[in-house]
Amino acid sequence: MATAFLEIGLTHYIVLSSLLFTIGVCGIFINRKNVITLLLSIELMLLAVNINFVAFSAYLGNLTGQVFTMFVLTVAAAEAAIGLAILVVYFRNRGTIAVEDIHMMRG
Amino acid sequence: MEALLSTLLFYLFSLAAVIAGVMVVSLKNPVHSVLSLIVAFFAVAWLFIMLGAEFISMLLIIVYAGAVAVLFLFVIMMMDINFAELRQGFTKFLPVGIIVALLFFLELFVMLRLSNFAVRAIPLANAPAPDTAGSNTMVLGKILYTDYFLAFQVAGLVLLVAMIGAIVLTLRHKEGVRRQRISGQVSRSIRDSIKVVKVESGRGI
Repeated sequence: MATAFLEIGLTHYIVLSSLLFTIGVCGIFINRKNVITLLLSIELMLLAVNINFVAFSAYLGNLTGQVFTMFVLTVAAAEAAIGLAILVVYFRNRGTIAVEDIHMMRG
Repeated sequence: MEALLSTLLFYLFSLAAVIAGVMVVSLKNPVHSVLSLIVAFFAVAWLFIMLGAEFISMLLIIVYAGAVAVLFLFVIMMMDINFAELRQGFTKFLPVGIIVALLFFLELFVMLRLSNFAVRAIPLANAPAPDTAGSNTMVLGKILYTDYFLAFQVAGLVLLVAMIGAIVLTLRHKEGVRRQRISGQVSRSIRDSIKVVKVESGRGI
């Protein structure tokens, strides 16, 4: 049992990444009203995904995982930029960023 | 001794990442949340270095902690937000969130135990190193610009679209602000802009 904790293997990294992903999911549930924290939780989940990619890449000796980590980083940066831009425009129009008030586009 | 040290470092940085993650979702002030997100990024970057992925690690620090997190900080600090109002319902949603998170983690854990890379997996130290012929950055660049060239270009396009989208969304024309009109300046002719006036003496214009 002690060796399972002392020898760092792929499983340790996967458990860490699932922990971080779970914290991100939990953050989305408990911060229902705060868009900024929602975006931060999504960043945390993407970070967990990146840990998975890199750990499998190192474990399998294949660099594809690291290449895809870069693409995940790209998409995450784009998502953060667009999300924050929408947030700025919304705040300019409404003076608040409460998620519950967002129903302007309802038909 | 070296293996023990790397084990200790792994636990140290993963503990830091998990604690910072909990702080991201639970702190009152979003500014503090972003700062703990930066801490989580740094901890995970250290783990990436231990995995031999130096380039991704540097990318995480430079692009993430350096650009994305600072963008978050800018936006939060520019907006005048009532943080207390946004905290409403935190305690109401907390049990639901914890239950869902526990279920989710349990599912992941069961899946992990059932899959064939279970707890008895080969230690990462015995796995072949990803950099076979040169540094991690060099090998990554080699496959990025050959095998994944098209995907790389598409990633650049995604960034371009995001940049244009963010500019289009946030740009606004305020009334009463004089802007430079380059087309107007270029298309001016001498006839429009210069007038010769014969001034009679003693009267002025």
